[in-house]
Amino acid sequence: MRILIKNGTCLVFGKGEQKTNIYIEDKIIKEISSEEKDADKVIDASGMYVFPGLIDVHVHLREPGQEYKETIESGAKAAAKGGFTDICCMPNTNPVNDSPSITAFIKDKALKAGFSNVHPIASLTKGLKGEEICDYGELKQAGAIALSDDGRPVTDSGVMRRAVEYAKAFELPVICHSEELSLSGKGVMNEGIVSTRLGLTGIPDSAESLGVKRDIEVGSLVDYSVHIAHVSAKKTIEIIRNAKKSGTKVTAETAPHYFTLTEDAIDLFDTYAKMNPPLRTESDRLAIIEALKDNTIDIIATDHAPHSDEEKIVPFEEAAFGITGLETSLALSLNLVFSGILSMEELAEKMSINPGKVIGINNSLFEGNQANITIVNPDFEWIVTREGFVSKSKNSPFIGKKLKGICEYTIKNGDIIWRRQN
Amino acid sequence: MEFKKKNILDINSLSASEIEFILDTADSMKEINERPVKKVPALRGKTIVLFFQEPSTRTKLSFELAAKRLSADSVSLAASSSSMKKGETLLDTARTIEAMKPDILVMRHSMSGAPHFLSKFLKCSILNAGDGRHAHPSQALLDMMTIREKKKTLTGLNIAIIGDISNSRVARSNMRGLVKLGNNVKVFGPPSMIPFKIEEEFKVSVSRSMEEALSDADAVIMLRIQKERQGANLFSTDREYSRFFGLNRENLKNAKKDVLVMHPGPVNRGVEITPELADSEISVINEQVSNGVALRMALFYLVSGGSKNENSD
Repeated sequence: MRILIKNGTCLVFGKGEQKTNIYIEDKIIKEISSEEKDADKVIDASGMYVFPGLIDVHVHLREPGQEYKETIESGAKAAAKGGFTDICCMPNTNPVNDSPSITAFIKDKALKAGFSNVHPIASLTKGLKGEEICDYGELKQAGAIALSDDGRPVTDSGVMRRAVEYAKAFELPVICHSEELSLSGKGVMNEGIVSTRLGLTGIPDSAESLGVKRDIEVGSLVDYSVHIAHVSAKKTIEIIRNAKKSGTKVTAETAPHYFTLTEDAIDLFDTYAKMNPPLRTESDRLAIIEALKDNTIDIIATDHAPHSDEEKIVPFEEAAFGITGLETSLALSLNLVFSGILSMEELAEKMSINPGKVIGINNSLFEGNQANITIVNPDFEWIVTREGFVSKSKNSPFIGKKLKGICEYTIKNGDIIWRRQN
Repeated sequence: MEFKKKNILDINSLSASEIEFILDTADSMKEINERPVKKVPALRGKTIVLFFQEPSTRTKLSFELAAKRLSADSVSLAASSSSMKKGETLLDTARTIEAMKPDILVMRHSMSGAPHFLSKFLKCSILNAGDGRHAHPSQALLDMMTIREKKKTLTGLNIAIIGDISNSRVARSNMRGLVKLGNNVKVFGPPSMIPFKIEEEFKVSVSRSMEEALSDADAVIMLRIQKERQGANLFSTDREYSRFFGLNRENLKNAKKDVLVMHPGPVNRGVEITPELADSEISVINEQVSNGVALRMALFYLVSGGSKNENSD
């Protein structure tokens, strides 16, 4: 199909914001120019921003094993709706994605679903147990795009060292869930004033910063760039910033909830605001924003963690960690642009270019590149509702909130996989 | 004053005047407990369910007696004998209870916020009889009642709360209530038992020694070392704890002469308090228990709309 996207403000690779047209043919961006090419489908993108296809490097789909929370199909559809042409799914399924057969199963399911590209992340260690490393080479051949034990750290530093070293052989990115478990203990929220108020066990920020310090050390020891997942704390940012300054190769992501909400969202016992790492304080939130600005944090990822009501409509301590994120991430991140923190171009870096660099996918808008494109309406205001989610799960702390900005079209390999309905 | 609260979930949601009104009502209930026939018909026809997911002796008995003395029908349900043992969720159990139309649900739960959680779904009144580390409003109210009764005031007093503040719902509710009424509250314990930013959150001061905490105290509330709730290594041994963080005749000399020694019970004798002190004339531990029944009668009465029809009986 030939598609012409006209009159949009396009975030063209190397040129920034350009008022131009994009012409797609044979799944490829054929031409970026002011010319109005003849096409089967013309999209009028007046007043809209044309982004390189958004990439989310941190998503939990629950298949295989917990299909009642999310399937590969429902998750990929939620991703398409959220503007993501590509998502990477974490291996903490049941069974764990630690074998080429599971990796291939996920790829296959995603292909059949037909929405966003789903790139499986295989586990660093067998069964996420932190003991034995997996067959990274075979996993890569089966389609694994990265490695992670996300959900828990590899507690043994020696195992972590060998895992990162071995990953290097296959040039597979290593995504670190960095946490010192002995400090987080049985904590259920940030250790701070709200945990003191509510009598809930706290997770100190040091549990994260110490974990991150360890993982950066391991990366530096074996001279391989590790990627730090879901940064939530100011202390962590200082560690990453210093590491980068001293020339250590490392990348880092945060999630929209960490630059939007604080621990106050939990009062009184709101389980939708429960996640790990936990929401922190206002000073942490501001530090995250600063870190996005100065590129200490390279990437915005969602940590999309769907859970059913059975896991969330329970007393706080019993509730599962995590929130659904794919469908609210873009609007929450656009808010950084509206409030003058990032430019649209910088947002495209955080949500497409930089995550692409980590996992080896390039969705940049240039002639000849694969047509993975997200068309964003920055002015559209909407209210988050339970019913509005296409994900199977509704566990969002943003339900009832008014957001601005939405994905109008998601185009993957030249196919429109999402068109917002009025 | 008309009391409009349907639930008593924590002290935080009560105003100073509501607290005083509850204490006044409790004072007037006290007399009933001294009569030869300890029963009034105030809550005749009302059903009260006591749902205790955690073990409890005195609190449960106290609520139960309070219900009976107001002529309410009370039944109690222990988690160990309930279908929660069979894997039923808290919400399903509560909905099952509610389907049998109780007027008031008294609940104790090991998880902070459990009664708040249920209050979003249930129509009946909920009285929190202790949730995790969060709140124990009836205990704090009976403590305040006891202090007010003995000191003839409940403002401007120096009150020390000593022990495992982190794990204590009694401490949280007492700090909230006592500070709300204008008292000076000092807390003391090993730093492993003092939660983060407690000064900022509860407007109390953290003392650096037993002597400092007790100095000029009008009342001292000793907390139980909650062995069942304890993570590892909050303190070394009972012996050392009692030496440095326990109450004894010697360190109590720093307090006012007429200091009240209080304890929510059950007491670990010889750990947080010397047995001799617990049994002495300055200990009001038994008065606390007696007042507890009257206070809980007041709570039942008020959440049932008692203050709206003062003269109907």
